Amino acid sequence: MSNYIKLIALGLVVLFAMLATNYARDIAYLVHAIIIMVVAAGLFIHVLRNTDEPQVAVGSLANEYFDSVVRAGVIATAFWGIVGFLVGVLIAFQLAFPALNFDWAEGYANFGRLRPIHTSAVIFAFCGNALIATSFYVVQRTCAARLWGGNLAWFVFWGYQLFIVLAATGYLLGATQSKEYAEPEWYVDLWLTVVWLAYLAVFMGTLIKRKEPHIYVANWFYLSFIITIALLHVVNNLSIPVSIWGSKSVQVFSGVQDAMVQWWYGHNAVGFFLTAGFLGMMYYFIPKQAERPVFSYKLSIIHFWSLIFLYIWAGPHHLHYTALPDWATTLGMVFSIVLWMPSWGGMINGLMTLSGAWDKLRTDPVIRMMVISLGFYGMSTFEGPMMSIRAVNALSHYTDWTIGHVHSGALGWNGMITFGALYFLVPVLWKRERLYSLTLVSWHFWLATIGIVLYASSMWVTGIMEGLMWREVDANGFLVNSFADTVAAKKPMNIVRGLGGVLFLSGALVMCYNLWMTVRRAPAKEASLTVAVPAE
Amino acid sequence: MSKESKKFEDDPDTTGHVWDGIEEFDNPMPRWWLWTLYLCIIWAIGYTIAYPAWPMINQATTGVLGWSTRADVANEIAAVEEGNAAINAKLASVELTAITSDAELNTYAASAGNAVFKTWCVQCHGAGAAGAKGYPNLLDDDWLWGGDMAAIHTTVTHGIRNEDSDDARYSEMPAFGRDELLEPAEIDQVVNYVMSLSGDAQDVEKVAAGAVVFEDNCSSCHAKDGTGDREQGAPNLADAIWLYGGDYATLTETVSNARYGVMPAWNTRLTEWQIRAVTAYVHQLGGGE
Repeated sequence: MSNYIKLIALGLVVLFAMLATNYARDIAYLVHAIIIMVVAAGLFIHVLRNTDEPQVAVGSLANEYFDSVVRAGVIATAFWGIVGFLVGVLIAFQLAFPALNFDWAEGYANFGRLRPIHTSAVIFAFCGNALIATSFYVVQRTCAARLWGGNLAWFVFWGYQLFIVLAATGYLLGATQSKEYAEPEWYVDLWLTVVWLAYLAVFMGTLIKRKEPHIYVANWFYLSFIITIALLHVVNNLSIPVSIWGSKSVQVFSGVQDAMVQWWYGHNAVGFFLTAGFLGMMYYFIPKQAERPVFSYKLSIIHFWSLIFLYIWAGPHHLHYTALPDWATTLGMVFSIVLWMPSWGGMINGLMTLSGAWDKLRTDPVIRMMVISLGFYGMSTFEGPMMSIRAVNALSHYTDWTIGHVHSGALGWNGMITFGALYFLVPVLWKRERLYSLTLVSWHFWLATIGIVLYASSMWVTGIMEGLMWREVDANGFLVNSFADTVAAKKPMNIVRGLGGVLFLSGALVMCYNLWMTVRRAPAKEASLTVAVPAE
Repeated sequence: MSKESKKFEDDPDTTGHVWDGIEEFDNPMPRWWLWTLYLCIIWAIGYTIAYPAWPMINQATTGVLGWSTRADVANEIAAVEEGNAAINAKLASVELTAITSDAELNTYAASAGNAVFKTWCVQCHGAGAAGAKGYPNLLDDDWLWGGDMAAIHTTVTHGIRNEDSDDARYSEMPAFGRDELLEPAEIDQVVNYVMSLSGDAQDVEKVAAGAVVFEDNCSSCHAKDGTGDREQGAPNLADAIWLYGGDYATLTETVSNARYGVMPAWNTRLTEWQIRAVTAYVHQLGGGE
């Protein structure tokens, strides 16, 4: 019966997509309508072929963990990671060598079109898939329960991939709201809302049917991330489409209110997507890999609630010295500084979990990766509050320092902890005894670390130089440098940054090879890890 | 089933919970961490009392220090203006020609003029002063109304064809086509002739006919040889530099409908020293006479 409902729904989607193709007012909308039409038609045929076929009994699966979707998530994470890093390397060199904005690709592959592809590919595609995959893995293990909702988890996975494809193709073809990290246009936002609510349902459903008495700290962080992102996404994307047959929409908020909402969203995309969610990842994979208990339960409670409470107020520090009233920027700055210790609570809890297992740093490159991710986390969560101070921000804002800060966080913290989690997950999910090669993990570690150091230090140098050049005035108070002077002065550092990116990308390619060979060549493990049994 | 955590003799107690083999020690929070958090909170309270911070019903608290970004920038600007008051006064009062001959004054005027130009002039003349269609390039030595200090100063002060200043520079080219002063064939001929003036070879017969049309209709302003007349702001047509474009279609459009470029009178918005500064800046861009 449900198949007939599905067929009707998919048929209607195909029909609507056909109409949309016919009436499309712009190229991005047209391409998206075709993509949706093809996807829905494919699903229609798939459902039709399975209708009235004998059902596979699902009861026997109820006691097993739902790991196939996690495996898909691991593959998607690695794939989108490579895409994101590759585009990042390309646009880094476009900044150093503007000729790489090829004439023949003008309007499609120039810096302005590619930059949001890079940021969204890394944040939403790479980090987002890592968060969805690890949260599905962790919530099952720590609840001793199979994912709630049956194939809803597959809907979340594929729905999210569709969101990524629609977002990325939209950027290439010029559909953008021009809001940082919220560029996708209205119908892509609506689709993500549906997918995200499904994600929330799967996660909450699994928590509710857990067989453990308590909810593990990792799940607090994952849940806060899922709920807050839903809220941020909906409010920041409130907009009215110009036409249902076109991609353009008009924001509900305007002027400084729009800026405030945008950076309330933008900062908490960092706070909840890239911090809270990843702390959830950290709280599972570090104790597992170190095989030691978490350092302090009390610290985890206090730093969780203080982090959640404080982060949401910190957005206005992105708008110092703008039309935003002084009082709002003061509050943004003050909350950012109080946020320093709550952020560090996660680093302390992670690092101190290793006490008694420090010797593993010598023998286990995966632990080394997780530890350095905490190091970068601690560094960027100190740097962030510092940069939110008005006087520091007056120098750092709009310069490459911000870019360096973001990348020491994204490459160092999010990248490295994700790599650590992938190295943990692949042998478990594909039932291998061990990774194919620890030597290759060490290579990845050093390539990535040196890459990040080159990236961050070159951007510090060039950012501070740029800020000082912009504010340099002569004895009579007139500016000494033009903008083009700073662009010329930055060139050597832009090249170093690009090389750092090449190293980081090479490390990720080494990882993909290693994970591939782990699945192909590493010895299989006999004992099953997939049965859902409470730990106690 | 799952691997349990490894334990040592001197380990503290755990909370007793286990998830997939993960346990939690019942350690207290590190003291230094907690005290740093408290210090940050105390500092935050103090800072929000000192600076504008808490939104109330009608407005936010203004902070006991009375600081604001607007006052901050106003003070900085006032300090710069106070420091430059003497040299500004001098700039506004000396002979115009004395500005270029006084090295210190000229350097100052060029910097100050650059700042004025970047604020008020780039919208039309471009950030590099190279102009755009209908907006003259200020880098070359092809001047419509004159390129010495006095001429530039007058142009900036009163502007061109505006209604703000009675002394604005004024002239108006007839719309030869729209007002039917010339036949389409004659326009075709004169455009061919004008193009030939700057060496852009055209139909020989039309050029010859166009020369007659030019002599009768255009030479009173643009001069017999087409080199223009600065008294009337009539452009030089023989130098291959074009304000609107020198191709056949654009020239036909210009002759048919005429042009009426407007520049504001800047004495309504800028002070005398600012006008003189931007005059000196434009003068030293490359084409000053």
